[in-house]
Amino acid sequence: MEIIQQILFVAALAVTAWYITKRVKLIARAINLGRPEDRTDNAAERWKTMLLVAFGQKKMFTNLLVGIMHFVIYAGFVIINLEILEIILDGVLGTHRLFAPYITPVYPILIDVFEVLAFGVLAVCVVFLTRRFVTRVSRLQAGRHRELRGWSVPDATIILTAEIVLMIAFLTWNASDSVLRDRGVGHYGELQGVVPDFLISQYLKPLFTGFSDTALVAYERGAWWLHILGILAFAVYVTYSKHLHIALGFPNVYFSDLQPKGEMQNMPEITKEVQLALGLPLTTEADGSQENDNGQQPAEVGRFGAKDVHDLKWINLMNAYSCTECGRCTAACPANITGKKLSPRKIMMDTRDRLEEIQRGWQTQGDDYKDDKSLLNDYITAEELNACTTCQACINACPININPLDIILQLRRYRVMEESQAPASWNAMFSNIENNMAPWKFSPGDRFNWADQVNESVIK
Amino acid sequence: MAEMTAAGEEPEVLFWVGCAGSFDDRYKRVTIAFVRILNHVGIKFAVLGPEEACTGDPARRAGNEFLFQMQAMANIQVLNGYNVKKIVTACPHCFNTIKNEYPELGGNYEVIHHSQFLQGLINEGRVRVKDGQSFKGRKITFHDSCYLGRANKIYEAPRDVLAALDADLVEMKRVRANGLCCGAGGGQYFKEPEPGHKDVNVERVQEALATGADTIAVSCPFCMTMMSDGVKNQNREDSVRVYDIAELIAQREGL
Repeated sequence: MEIIQQILFVAALAVTAWYITKRVKLIARAINLGRPEDRTDNAAERWKTMLLVAFGQKKMFTNLLVGIMHFVIYAGFVIINLEILEIILDGVLGTHRLFAPYITPVYPILIDVFEVLAFGVLAVCVVFLTRRFVTRVSRLQAGRHRELRGWSVPDATIILTAEIVLMIAFLTWNASDSVLRDRGVGHYGELQGVVPDFLISQYLKPLFTGFSDTALVAYERGAWWLHILGILAFAVYVTYSKHLHIALGFPNVYFSDLQPKGEMQNMPEITKEVQLALGLPLTTEADGSQENDNGQQPAEVGRFGAKDVHDLKWINLMNAYSCTECGRCTAACPANITGKKLSPRKIMMDTRDRLEEIQRGWQTQGDDYKDDKSLLNDYITAEELNACTTCQACINACPININPLDIILQLRRYRVMEESQAPASWNAMFSNIENNMAPWKFSPGDRFNWADQVNESVIK
Repeated sequence: MAEMTAAGEEPEVLFWVGCAGSFDDRYKRVTIAFVRILNHVGIKFAVLGPEEACTGDPARRAGNEFLFQMQAMANIQVLNGYNVKKIVTACPHCFNTIKNEYPELGGNYEVIHHSQFLQGLINEGRVRVKDGQSFKGRKITFHDSCYLGRANKIYEAPRDVLAALDADLVEMKRVRANGLCCGAGGGQYFKEPEPGHKDVNVERVQEALATGADTIAVSCPFCMTMMSDGVKNQNREDSVRVYDIAELIAQREGL
């Protein structure tokens, strides 16, 4: 009997590992569709950002209470996973609480910590569900945000519910195990006097007083299996879910933008053309070699700006996979607040949706899958792009430094430079700048007229 | 600038006036107020006058990189030609573009916003904020510009300048890094807004009015227009005024 459980367990581990490897490769391949860009510079600054923003979750504490609650889940996730090590070894070796005899003095302390965290995670998940469905936090409501009308809300519900179930399984497993130990049933009795009751699960023991020994063993095994299989299934599910931020959030922050938020990225290929047009000497930094020092020098100048995901940079695509759809960006967006169609969260979700469409294409129609769709138009419309004030509130709001503005601006560049599709009044502004050196139709010669009034007492 | 160079002189600083500061009737007053302060303090400054051209910021943000770089290169030619080292401007968009985006195109200057410049003058005691109109009992709220604040993390300089007045400073709900845009950036100033249920400037002005302030202080020509229009939209132009921080200092100095 024991050996069958061990075989099943190893099989479950192997299937999970195989599946996750497959998913990780697929996601990595999708992210690598993006244009290359070196983001390994300035390691000290990047580590500092990662320590503060990713590990320290600094930006989550904008709202102190939510910051604390999220930190509980995060700490719970990271720390309870230490227990997974024992669970996995127990599963493979057919042992029970393998570490207990070796680290007897600290073992109960460790489990007590895990239990407190598990209880904390459970409580916070309940609060988070309440925020979604009872107090109805505005940014999480599909009724107010069309991008949430698909899979986003069920996805969130599945994740929160799964975490609650996993924590209940963990706590009641400990409780049923304690009762079995007290009764001295089989191998459970061997740990009598070695392992005491635990901090939280001791209060759950009364639940099991009516259970027969057989029923109790069945529950203990059931809860143990539910917990570990649940975790394995969750790990696979995460790769399909917005919840992927638990892994990608860290590299996403590490590779995030370091330059001032107001700085727009230069297009070296255009610098070259402008220098030729103005008869200026070409500068070395303008030939694009800086950006492509990984040897992937583009053979030809691609399109200006971005029409589809492969025109974006890889970091934009990693941003899309890292987005948790929390909507802090959209809640801060002046365009969205005033009822425009633009939602920075939708920009990120559209980018990921488009990438997943291509992934499905690879899987169903082979690696050279092509279609005639594009991120621009099929997912993101001109009306959304044109509504952006480039105020960077979305970037500021994102807890993991995602930059939706960068995508918006690259799509705008494509529309204006490749399709000449700027709104008419922008075209007028362009021609004013070109002809009058100002965005309005004033004569350049009048630029200094204000000076006449500096010494007048009444300014007209 | 041309005259100074011809005379073999070098200015302490180049005042980059910007298109709005040169042509917009409302913002010309800000240019004049700032110049009066500079003259009063005795700063040796220069302007490019007709040699100045749009930095290209609105074109770049709208997506026209060609036009932006044409503008940028031409401006950099002029600035480098005069060997300009230090630039002050009253426009956060010009400020951001010259400071952050010109270096990659060959334009490297020390660029400061007029709020920082005024802050410096006040700290050095060179601006004496007491000869003119008193602001006692007045309530002023400051509207953060995106391209000064979030873009370049300058939140305190304009507030320090306002603190030198004898007025009460009141803050809006969304300030500093969380400040709400006036609605003009990213080329929006040069087009009608996309369909929605409200204009961004109205949303922002309502927030400003909720503070009970009688003066909305700005430090950007586009915020100036948007906030002024918003105040008119709320029919409060009789009781609430929008001023640039330089204008308020000039008033206090009696310039």
